[in-house]
Amino acid sequence: MHEMGIVLHIAKTLNETAEEEKITKIGSVTLQVGEVSGIITDLFVDCWNYFKVRNEILKDSELKLETLPAVTFCGDCEKTYPTVKYGRECPYCGSYETWLLTGNECIIKEIEAETL
Amino acid sequence: MKVIELKKSVTDSNDRDAALLRRELDEKGMLLINLMSAAGSGKTTFLSRTITDLKDLRIAVIEADIESVVDAERIAKLGARSIQAHTDGMCHMDAGMTREAVESIGTDETDVLFLENIGNLICPAEYDTGAQRNVMILSVPEGDDKPLKYPLMFENSNVLIITKTDTMSYFDFDMDKCIERVRRLNPFIEIFPVSAKTGEGMDEWEKWLIREVQETKNRRKR
Ligand SMILES: Nc1nc2c(ncn2[C@@H]2O[C@H](COP(=O)(O)OP(=O)(O)O)[C@@H](O)[C@H]2O)c(=O)[nH]1
Ligand SMILES: [Mg+2]
Ligand SMILES: [Zn+2]
Repeated sequence: MHEMGIVLHIAKTLNETAEEEKITKIGSVTLQVGEVSGIITDLFVDCWNYFKVRNEILKDSELKLETLPAVTFCGDCEKTYPTVKYGRECPYCGSYETWLLTGNECIIKEIEAETL
Repeated sequence: MKVIELKKSVTDSNDRDAALLRRELDEKGMLLINLMSAAGSGKTTFLSRTITDLKDLRIAVIEADIESVVDAERIAKLGARSIQAHTDGMCHMDAGMTREAVESIGTDETDVLFLENIGNLICPAEYDTGAQRNVMILSVPEGDDKPLKYPLMFENSNVLIITKTDTMSYFDFDMDKCIERVRRLNPFIEIFPVSAKTGEGMDEWEKWLIREVQETKNRRKR
């Protein structure tokens, strides 16, 4: 499953960070999720909650999600527009030769942590 | 509590695992190719044809796609070694799972190892497996607008195989337009139109493969 896979990858990165920074406990994790990243937020939160209680450092952490807007570029008229509102068709010239610029990312922005 | 800024991609730890695996494969002089496509595009058929055509090349296959049992048997029948990877119900192979599969099939006696990744154009594009080369397959029935819908896969591939060209007359597939769209995303990608059914176009791909195998071996010697 896509969401559980992402949770496992985030946890791996956080556990490695914890080792490097001598972190004993993580209080919160802030993730930036692109509007069209394909991540189903509810499912993702469920996976996170299922996983975190089984992980010593993440046990009591709070998950904070921030949304990053999706922007599409039109190859014909070279304008950009919001992806979610207009989809594949350029609202300026009607072209379908359009490309996603941003919006499918998933970034671990920051954590709050207690260190040794 | 203190705030630690990370700004790390979710795949950060996987990227490091992948880089390490790639370095080890380079040192061994074995080429690992990550083969990706949508479900049913023709990965196993394409691999079968390649194995049959290149008898002198020692080819092995890791099967990770949904039908991995059947696919592994199809490959084994041709005399190539194959194993099934443990994908744990995931939608992509990551570097850790790939390493496990590579270690269990072994790198001796193999010139090129193919990883038949899970059939899906989104997730496999995001996770580096550690392979030295990414090859993706697009089949004619899927349409020439796939590059517009799944740009990341085209950006991250070294080679694009456009397969099932024997069906061109049944579909409204504009080859030039497709290639132009792909090149706009990735100017360096090598593109080989083939039919794994009739064998048309396979020789160009096979020349590329033989050259890559040789270059991988040369890299080790240096
Ligand atoms: N006409 C035609 N059919 C093909 C070709 N390659 C594969 N197929 C068919 O496409 C279907 C899926 O192929 P398969 O190799 O199992 O796809 P995979 O799921 O990506 O491994 C099968 O029915 C194949 O016979 C081709 O070059 N031409
Ligand atoms: Mg297959
Ligand atoms: Zn436009």
